[in-house]
Amino acid sequence: MTDGVNQARVSRRTALKGLGIGAAMAAAPGFVRYAQAQSSAPIRLGAPFHRTGIGASYGRWYEQVATACVNLINSEGGINGRPIELIVEDDGTDPQRGTEVIEKFAAEHKVDVVFGHLFSHVVAATAPRAGELKIPYLVCSEGHQTAAGAFNRYTFQPGITDVKAQVISMAPWISQNLGRKVTIIFPDYAFGHDHRDYFSQAIEAQGGEVSALIPIPPTETSFTRYFPQIPSDTEVIYHVMVGPGVLTFVKELGEHLGSRRPELFGFIDSIEAVDLASPQLEFLEGTYFWEGHPRYAQPGQSEFDRFYRATVGVDENGASVDDPRDVSTYAHMFSVWETLFVIKQAMEMADYQGPEQKAAFIEALESIESWPESREHPQGEKIFNAAMHQCFGHQYISRVEGGRLNVVHTTAIEDGLYEQEGPDYREMPL
Amino acid sequence: MTAARVVGLHVLVLALLFAAQFVVSDYDQLTLTRMMVLAVYAVGYNLLFGYAGLLSLGHALFFGAGLYGAGLAAYHFEAGVPLAFVAGLAASLLVSLLIGLIALRTRGVSFMIVTMMFAQAGFLALLYFSRWTGGDQGLPLPAAARSFTVAGLTIDLADAGTRYNVAVALLAVAIGIGLLVVMRPGGRVLVAIRENEERTRMLGYDVFAHKLKAFVISGGLSGAAGAAYGLMFAYIGATFASIQYSIEVLLFTLLGGAGTLLGPVLGTILMFYLIDKASEVTSAYLLVVGFVLVGLILWFPKGILGTVRDRWARWLP
Repeated sequence: MTDGVNQARVSRRTALKGLGIGAAMAAAPGFVRYAQAQSSAPIRLGAPFHRTGIGASYGRWYEQVATACVNLINSEGGINGRPIELIVEDDGTDPQRGTEVIEKFAAEHKVDVVFGHLFSHVVAATAPRAGELKIPYLVCSEGHQTAAGAFNRYTFQPGITDVKAQVISMAPWISQNLGRKVTIIFPDYAFGHDHRDYFSQAIEAQGGEVSALIPIPPTETSFTRYFPQIPSDTEVIYHVMVGPGVLTFVKELGEHLGSRRPELFGFIDSIEAVDLASPQLEFLEGTYFWEGHPRYAQPGQSEFDRFYRATVGVDENGASVDDPRDVSTYAHMFSVWETLFVIKQAMEMADYQGPEQKAAFIEALESIESWPESREHPQGEKIFNAAMHQCFGHQYISRVEGGRLNVVHTTAIEDGLYEQEGPDYREMPL
Repeated sequence: MTAARVVGLHVLVLALLFAAQFVVSDYDQLTLTRMMVLAVYAVGYNLLFGYAGLLSLGHALFFGAGLYGAGLAAYHFEAGVPLAFVAGLAASLLVSLLIGLIALRTRGVSFMIVTMMFAQAGFLALLYFSRWTGGDQGLPLPAAARSFTVAGLTIDLADAGTRYNVAVALLAVAIGIGLLVVMRPGGRVLVAIRENEERTRMLGYDVFAHKLKAFVISGGLSGAAGAAYGLMFAYIGATFASIQYSIEVLLFTLLGGAGTLLGPVLGTILMFYLIDKASEVTSAYLLVVGFVLVGLILWFPKGILGTVRDRWARWLP
């Protein structure tokens, strides 16, 4: 009994001493930081978006999607019980500024992960620095360089398919439904060359042939003089343009072709963020487009797409809910949403608490094999090739009907698969 | 006495830049590295613009020649860092000699347009031959192309500290070359050409030869900066040969002070921090930069160090 009382007294005194010491330590600045890091300190995500420069129309929507998605995740408890802090920097769609910004994220903001780059030349300049700085770098681009093995262990493309997968999965449907003699009109630089090379190979593998290749110099502002190069026996014109000249290109193509024209198949990049109701775009009626994610809500729309649209502030026509003339970059911007949920998933798998667990985060990400269509992945199910750090998914082919894009075909994931070209990223050191 | 003071000042600046790595933050160390490489580009540009009075709008061509000369040698032929750097330097010297022989037959506005058009042709050629150059997407250089061994000592350009000191060394060489050019009689001749080309010719100087020499040294320094940039930051891309990079180096020089040796160095660093800090506040940061430049032209037309030299330190080279 006595022992028991003594034990109780000692225990209380010890407990009080312990509490006192603990309170004193907690009051010390260093301990406060430690205590917070283990509980509620935010996970810092760096987002280099194209707020200015040629990618500005994409960057604005990428930022809107990221903000909405982060707010959603935070409202549902964050990641591992910690809120996300989104830090946005403008890279000016410029490779030099892109690398400066990732250094700023790594050394000044000290973020946990960087995500959100789109334009492939900015990605190509930034990825080597991300690898050297050992900061996870998840891009929302369509560039092929990640999948081709040109980068490093820290660079991933888990939220959107690459251009090679997109192009080769289009070819079977085009050859079976639109025609086998194809003229390709493309910008005469690397982005266009990817389309030229991969689509030429793919259409020839389907028994088709390329009637003509028409490169458009990057400084061109008027396109009329190129269109007479289209051979008269062309059955399909495959076009892909980006940049400030796209609207002029599409309008002049319509003027040249008139009412008697071959089938037209374009990449949505040619009219991304452009209202289909714009004057002189009527001739696009009955033509076809690749879409990464259908701009217009389709019959049988999934609950996931409905939820995603509502959360990021886009209506059923793919425009801002605040301004119907403000058309989003809907075919691409889902990648930001999906990439954020990939980050969340991998951090939860690794029980991520701070930068010292970067390696565990990367290994967790590399252990993922697929994602089902879900609220986190509203564009559709995907498989993830961890060796290539690249996801593969469905593509959509839509027809312009009544001034809107209606999906007429959804490709299988397998249509876009191809052999690994580069090294296995997982064998690179962390 | 003046020469000793001049050399002392430049040595002091380089010593301060060397010492800065021990006190600045990690981020500032990373950015100062980049700024010093770009400052080499600006020092080269300034030799032509600031001293010889030849305003080129196509210097990105020489920066790009160095970038691609080094980068392609490293990427396609697996040349080591020293050999790749020499390849970049040689490419820029050759290109600047050829362009100089043609462009220097023109003067004033014509010279500006000719240099710009050559640069544009070079830029478009990089896009056109994308199979080898990577075009607009560019080429990331492999890790193996970033380190080399000298006398048993391995120098890894992926290491932040190593890269910083390589940048300091490169800038020291560039400033040394600049001092050699501007403090010798040949430098005086360049200033004379800038002030009155006809009178200089009347005095018996071979104006074309002096201008060509300045053009090639300027192009070579720009190319050295380009080669170093590609090898140090592991990326080559056509954007670096675009008109934007010809204009930027002009702005660096105008801000710091054309015709002063340290002006371009100061201008490069200030312009970077102006953009970096303004972009934290507003997406219209380029507008802020524009206002600053307008104010500079109105009230300090000779740039910061040009004004300092006029008012307080006439001995500045």
